[in-house]
Amino acid sequence: MKNMKFFTEGLVRSNPTFVLVLGTCPTLAVTTAAINGIGMGAATTFVLVCSNLLIAALKNYIPDKVRIAAFILIIASFVTVVDLVMKAFTPDLYNTLGIFIPLIVVNCIILGRAEAFAQKNKVVPAILDGLGMGIGFTLAITLLASIRELLGNGSIFDIKLVGDNVSTILLFILPPGAFITYGYLIALMNRLKARYSN
Amino acid sequence: MAKLESSLKNMVLSLFGISLVMSAALGFVNNVTKGPIAEAIKAKEVNAIKEVLPPFDNDPVATLKEFEGVIFYSATKGGLPVGYAAKTYTEKGYSGRFDLMAGFLPDGTLNKVVVLQQKETPGLGNNILQAKFSDQFMNVNIGDLNNQRLLVKKDGGTIDAISAATISSRAYCDGIQKAYDALMKNLITKSMEGKSVDTTKSNAAPLTSDTREEEANEKIGGRK
Repeated sequence: MKNMKFFTEGLVRSNPTFVLVLGTCPTLAVTTAAINGIGMGAATTFVLVCSNLLIAALKNYIPDKVRIAAFILIIASFVTVVDLVMKAFTPDLYNTLGIFIPLIVVNCIILGRAEAFAQKNKVVPAILDGLGMGIGFTLAITLLASIRELLGNGSIFDIKLVGDNVSTILLFILPPGAFITYGYLIALMNRLKARYSN
Repeated sequence: MAKLESSLKNMVLSLFGISLVMSAALGFVNNVTKGPIAEAIKAKEVNAIKEVLPPFDNDPVATLKEFEGVIFYSATKGGLPVGYAAKTYTEKGYSGRFDLMAGFLPDGTLNKVVVLQQKETPGLGNNILQAKFSDQFMNVNIGDLNNQRLLVKKDGGTIDAISAATISSRAYCDGIQKAYDALMKNLITKSMEGKSVDTTKSNAAPLTSDTREEEANEKIGGRK
């Protein structure tokens, strides 16, 4: 049961998006609709879990001086797998996420967890860490995307919540809206953290 | 086991081993997904063709022809032409190129247009996806317009633009115009000769096009 703390760490206390503030590029770019948040989150979680697992398993066979090269090789392979699978089975989602799927390779959350966690830990904690971080990332960007979709487009998950004649705040699905929403969410998270840690 | 020391031999072997295993894995995944990816691309194309043309029963993808950068698919039903789908594009979008699928009836009248791929500004330019805009192109024959040009009202044409800057609307018209010009130049003139022969053979073709027109008229009346 002590392994569970590796899992829960990523969900809230070290949430990669709101607390570590890693991987902000896809966080800002794809969060125009809630479904994109889920898709991006699922793809990232898969890569994170697989690369953490493999890196933790192989850590003794990877010499220190080439570890980053080896990590990137492993991560890039899993990203290519996700890329091909999404292209084949979810072509619509793949079209919306576009370039941000291949760019998971350079997502700091993944290399960051490989470097800071997986290469120093055993396989099971590494998987749990990857799962926790991945789900934390998914929840965070889906929340961000839902708020932007609601304010900017009047819908969540493509379900219209306001009438056709209600004008929405376009700004929120444009890039500046991403920064504004993200900023307020981080502030809110800090506020909640300060309140509950005391 | 202790960690491998960073000697040249170890580094080379380790990286080589990882690359080898990973490329084998990728080769396997590529093999598995190759079929579904090709199918997904084809399905998307066929769906778009189905959407812009009256019902047909041949495989339009097999009839693919390219003229001046526009890809044409001809659709037939029972051997008679029902129209052409043109996969066209424009470079004049606010965010660069976007792709359209335009359906033309055998006489060159526009049947319907759908957007295949676009990066226009959400909430402004991407309103070209809305029916209010795209329905204006139904049953328009560019040949009947001034100078045979499809233009927005701001440029003296007939199309209501979606925003005051008219960038996306102009680009949309540009894409359709490109398809129409290529169609008239390369396909219609030839097929018109073929069509006159066909009509003597069967009465089915004019009949279907009549009912189509009636349907379209009803639709327009209903909207008003």
